[in-house]
Amino acid sequence: MSNNTTKLPDGVADSIKIEVAARKKESRQLLLISIISVAIFLFLWEFAVRIGWIDSKHLSAPTTIVETFIMKLSDPNPEGGVLGTHIATSLGLVLVGYGAAVVIGVPLGLLMGYYHTFDKLVSPIFEIVRPIPPIAWIPLSIIWLGIGTTAKAFIIFLAAFVPCVINSYTGVKLTPAVYLNVAKTSGASTWEMFWTVSKNYAMPLVFTGVQVALGNAWSTLVAAEMLAAIAGLGYMIQQGRLLARPDIIIVGMLTIGVIGAILTFLLSKLENHIVKWRSRS
Amino acid sequence: MDEQRVVQVHLENISKSFVSRKTIFEAVNHVTIDVYKNEFLVLLGPGQCGKTVLLNMVSGLETPTDGKVEFLNSDSTDVGFVFQKTAVFPWKTVMENVELPLELKGVPKEERRKRAQYLIELVGLKGFENALPKQLSGGMKQRVGIARAYCNNPQVLLMDEPFGALDAQTRYQMEEEILRIWEQEKRTVIFVTNNIEEAVYLADRIIVLSKCPATVKEVYDISLPRPRDYVDPEFLRIREAIEANTDLAL
Repeated sequence: MSNNTTKLPDGVADSIKIEVAARKKESRQLLLISIISVAIFLFLWEFAVRIGWIDSKHLSAPTTIVETFIMKLSDPNPEGGVLGTHIATSLGLVLVGYGAAVVIGVPLGLLMGYYHTFDKLVSPIFEIVRPIPPIAWIPLSIIWLGIGTTAKAFIIFLAAFVPCVINSYTGVKLTPAVYLNVAKTSGASTWEMFWTVSKNYAMPLVFTGVQVALGNAWSTLVAAEMLAAIAGLGYMIQQGRLLARPDIIIVGMLTIGVIGAILTFLLSKLENHIVKWRSRS
Repeated sequence: MDEQRVVQVHLENISKSFVSRKTIFEAVNHVTIDVYKNEFLVLLGPGQCGKTVLLNMVSGLETPTDGKVEFLNSDSTDVGFVFQKTAVFPWKTVMENVELPLELKGVPKEERRKRAQYLIELVGLKGFENALPKQLSGGMKQRVGIARAYCNNPQVLLMDEPFGALDAQTRYQMEEEILRIWEQEKRTVIFVTNNIEEAVYLADRIIVLSKCPATVKEVYDISLPRPRDYVDPEFLRIREAIEANTDLAL
């Protein structure tokens, strides 16, 4: 092995150089093992479908899924919309429901955590609503709001609302007394103590809640789009089932997964920007 | 020590108890103290006695169950408080932390920045104005706390074991620093500690408090010239005299 593979400063002991090189070699080998495992998995899958061990009505081969994905970028057949339309519909739905949950839930949780009276006023109702799974709201939503976009956004709202409230609430409750005393002896009013101390202290936990809420919202999407829809990723995979097209189902599933991951990534970027003061130890 | 002592804060027969479900906890019992203008007063007492409670009552964070706190010869009851643990807001920069009391008073940004800048330099943090607390050491955070306590120009500074959490070397350094700052910006200081050596090093006057509930046990005037030396025979004599007379369990 050559010695110029590392960027270590001059004069580092040889034993350290050897150790660093060995560690790099090991991580390369581990990466290779992962790639090989995925490749073998895909190969066996393809092979099993091609020679008929698995009925292609039940599971499509990886190559078919790639073809379907490329096809769905421009072809609205067979279920009636190109992939872009489905993504846009679903994203719109999630952003409305989720956005409302964040905008209402976070301030509500913060104030509940800070004002005792407000807490006592709101939390009994909240505690009753909290354990009801969002999907159980579907029948009532249909009665109240019909089967349109509003009903679907409402279900998503409910799924995202609870973690927003709980985490914001907890964040405020955990504010160390000494921080509040600092503000108080510096002349802060009750509201200023909330605004300059508790709100800021709670921010990392608020983001935890907002992240969990995003996961909830996105995963409730399929359920919400089971209400009569004409487009959307949930609709797409439902249609895939009716049309007996596993390739369409899998393209829809993978798209849901990838977009969920992208949204989570973007949110954590925002989080790192806003709570950059947090020390990670 | 000044010949003429002007009383700045008068604690009149203060008692404080806390009532929880079944027990009554007496923290402070009939304490009467006069605090003189611009003196460095140290309240020395064992851990968990009512020292912090006493400071909290002077600052107005808590109200006495009995007795009263009076600010004399001053129309302001503003106090600066330096807290036990490093109570610096981690989401604010050094500058934003220091200017907080003035910000809360609604002082225009330019004016409060000027004041905060002066104080940051006074406590030796020039160059760290825009640093976040996570970039600072424990001693530096306490410097921020001291600058903040000075910020709205209070006549009385309350310090609640500000150096208790620091390592020994930083602690000695900060004790020197607090005296330097205090000489430069004279205020009435009430400094709480359970460390006899620290008390003798810093104080004009030491009031020894008993175990819970806190009562005044002993008062010592320390007239040693500053800077004091920890191993000076006279220093050691005073220290041992106090030690012999108190049960600090240290």
